[in-house]
Amino acid sequence: MKQSIFEIVSNKMLADITYEMVLKGDCSDITKPGQFVNIKLDGFFLRRPISVCNSKDNLLTIIYKVVGKGTEVMAEMKEGEKLDILTGLGNGYDIDKSGDKPLLVGGGAGVPPMYMLAVELLAQGKTPTVVLGFNKKSEVFYEEEFKALGINTVVTTADGSYGIKGFVTDAIKDIEYTYFFTCGPEPMLKALYDNTKTSGQLSFEARMGCGFGACMGCTCETLYGNKRICKDGPVLVKEEVKWAN
Amino acid sequence: MGKLSVNLSGLGLDNPIIPASGTFGFGYEFSEYYDINILGSISLKGTTRDPRYGNPLPRIAECSSGMLNAVGLQNPGVEKVISEELPKLRKCFNKKAVANVSGFSLEDYVYTCEKMDKQDEVGILEVNISCPNVKHGGMSFGTSPESAAEITRAVKSVTTKPVYMKLSPNVTDIVSIAKACEEAGADGIAMINTLLGMRINLKNKKPILFNKSGGFSGSAIFPVAVSMVYRVYEAVNIPIIGMGGVTTAEDVIEMMLAGATAVEVGAANLIEPYACKNIIEDLPRAMEKYNIESLESIIGGAH
Repeated sequence: MKQSIFEIVSNKMLADITYEMVLKGDCSDITKPGQFVNIKLDGFFLRRPISVCNSKDNLLTIIYKVVGKGTEVMAEMKEGEKLDILTGLGNGYDIDKSGDKPLLVGGGAGVPPMYMLAVELLAQGKTPTVVLGFNKKSEVFYEEEFKALGINTVVTTADGSYGIKGFVTDAIKDIEYTYFFTCGPEPMLKALYDNTKTSGQLSFEARMGCGFGACMGCTCETLYGNKRICKDGPVLVKEEVKWAN
Repeated sequence: MGKLSVNLSGLGLDNPIIPASGTFGFGYEFSEYYDINILGSISLKGTTRDPRYGNPLPRIAECSSGMLNAVGLQNPGVEKVISEELPKLRKCFNKKAVANVSGFSLEDYVYTCEKMDKQDEVGILEVNISCPNVKHGGMSFGTSPESAAEITRAVKSVTTKPVYMKLSPNVTDIVSIAKACEEAGADGIAMINTLLGMRINLKNKKPILFNKSGGFSGSAIFPVAVSMVYRVYEAVNIPIIGMGGVTTAEDVIEMMLAGATAVEVGAANLIEPYACKNIIEDLPRAMEKYNIESLESIIGGAH
């Protein structure tokens, strides 16, 4: 974990209530895809945990949805403004297990971490396929960015207004893969858990206190014992996941 | 004796700053971030007789200038704390720690305190009779002078180290409870635990926390804590560890003026992992600004 001050390079709307912010600062502690940062905002007590979309040459890209007052404030922020950020949080994905043809599945706000993951897998000589799930066409983002990496990119929308109609689980039926990585809402994670033929890694969300393992505010039960989503997660391997219901 | 040093029931602290229980784990994890030996001491994660998972999620909700938590005393149980956590702490911390103990019966408190009392790493026992997040225990012992005194007496009879009773603010008269603890033999008072609070999610119109209510902490509760420490200081002759919303070096000075001998920093650690370090490094500047020669000399100075 590292605490440092970042300067906003750009902050723009990508889709319905979805924004991309690029920040300049010390990214040296961001070592794995699937990690997150925790952002201090003036006027709010707790930091805002946001997944890392990409980190390269001390430029940090995050994509966030405006879901509350904190993210509303973030959406209003301008180039040149500064933010106090804790970086290098969470375990991130372990890409060594991916096999040759990993499947990456991102749902909504779970799409961003798939980007850095795809970049890293490509750098390892793998051939990833990415499936991006959204509710409707107006929420779709980053399709072009994934395609620009030169990887097979499949988009689904629940209402069928763009791409394949249905859920990500409908799209993966015809895809061959050696392993899967996913991030998204818990019902989607559960559906993938139930409908995937291989092992994989799932990234979970929780309301957090600190984001770095101190408060036990986000502990979950796993088959390998209690884990803090922020510090021992947010990525769990399929074999250890224990569903609440 | 340095300008920052204080004495807590015979335990000399280099400075009065102690990270509060539940916001600093068992200490060693923060040694990744800075040398934790700069701290006065560390109040360890609340320990119970048996392992506890704690409450289901969500356990955290945000408030204006504060937060709610309903963690529910998650801890690995006293045996594992002794066999696994304390050895890890010993490797990176060469001072005495404050062992925070909770229970669900008189026998629980006695059992756990007796074990923790024997550990070299432990300098003080902080007996939590004020956790708002567990049923049938915790806070219920701290809401009447009689039960608070009963726990105090029982723990004192099986321990040799100083016993500080950690009190709840969720009572009609905290002063009478503090006095009852003193009369029952407590060596000091630790106060205040969190205030009972609730937030409701407007989208689904239900309480945010699974536990519905949780403990309110953070800078918002600071004046409540100062007021309670001030009143208890007037009523008892044993030292007070003051806590509740302390965020800055100025807050530490204010808490000590109210009557605290040492000061715990809680929720601030969760927002600012370097909060305790920053406060310790900033104390000399704040002392100079307010013409304070030594911290020891200002304890209870507002009275």
